Amino acid sequence: MAGSADLFAALIELADDQLILGHRLSEWSGRAPILEEDLALSNLALDLIGGSRNIYTYAGLVEGKGRDEDDLAYMRLEREYLNCLLVERGNDDFAQTMLRQLYFAALMQPYWQAALASNDETIRGIAGKAVKEMAYHVRHSAEWVIRLGDGTAQSAEKMQAAVVEMHPFTEELFTMSEAARACAKAGSLPDRESLRAEWSRTIASVFEQALLTVPEVRFPQSGGRQGRHGEEMGHILAELQYVQRTHPGLTW
Amino acid sequence: MSKNIPLWEVFIRPRNGLAHKHCGSLHAADEVMALQAARDTYTRRGEGQSIWVVPSAAISASDPDQAAENFDPSIDKVYRHPTFYEIPDEVGHM
Repeated sequence: MAGSADLFAALIELADDQLILGHRLSEWSGRAPILEEDLALSNLALDLIGGSRNIYTYAGLVEGKGRDEDDLAYMRLEREYLNCLLVERGNDDFAQTMLRQLYFAALMQPYWQAALASNDETIRGIAGKAVKEMAYHVRHSAEWVIRLGDGTAQSAEKMQAAVVEMHPFTEELFTMSEAARACAKAGSLPDRESLRAEWSRTIASVFEQALLTVPEVRFPQSGGRQGRHGEEMGHILAELQYVQRTHPGLTW
Repeated sequence: MSKNIPLWEVFIRPRNGLAHKHCGSLHAADEVMALQAARDTYTRRGEGQSIWVVPSAAISASDPDQAAENFDPSIDKVYRHPTFYEIPDEVGHM
């Protein structure tokens, strides 16, 4: 069995990924290119934020210090957030947003699928819900990437530019921290590295239809899993934490 | 933008055994995107088991100017309603 400190840290990695990506998607609310997509992006955001609540709650239980989901989501310092850099990257344009979603979901769909075989009952429960949501996230983002990549000259150019911009951040999706490694060994959480082949197949298949090429990445970007974030992270947290820090313990 | 994106009519079947019912319309580039947009727009509160989308352009509609000649003649023909039968209790819900 992995120690509770390892399980806590590995759960925080998962929850932070979902919270920060969910927050990024929520920034599109009211600003998406068409009304239908505005709703779709909000739906994706709510899937991720809803999932993060369950993971934070469980992490709080595992930690045993009485912290609840709000304490963990809103009352930590930037360096204590363990999300990968990919999910905190800016929305910039619609191509970048959809590609970021595809990169993330193409890993998390098989991740939660594998987590269905966890020896931890709570994780199996979280995975059961997440695996269906992630399957839809892959489908939705892939269809957009295909249409933009194989669309007009302008959309193709923007899509390929997004690939060049975002691809260096994908390597960190597979980073196994010591905590994640201990949990994988104990059988409570899947090994990210073992899902790399499936992720690559998904991306290759979408890119082939989208007429996009996978760039050669000479300098993969990482640091988020150690709490080292890009400058945009402070802006995200300022917005995300403002209400809870101004009125601690506030309820609806 | 919506100018260049075709309009689709959305039909949702709430439960198995019921018919698909028209619930609204939306804009989408093609049928795959229309189905996804329908899912995201019209089934957020557990309304659906199945979705149909149909290009709005494919629908032929009756002319409102002909409403009187189309529909008024049926108003006084109550005998067309199957309400004059005694249904035995054993039959249950019909």
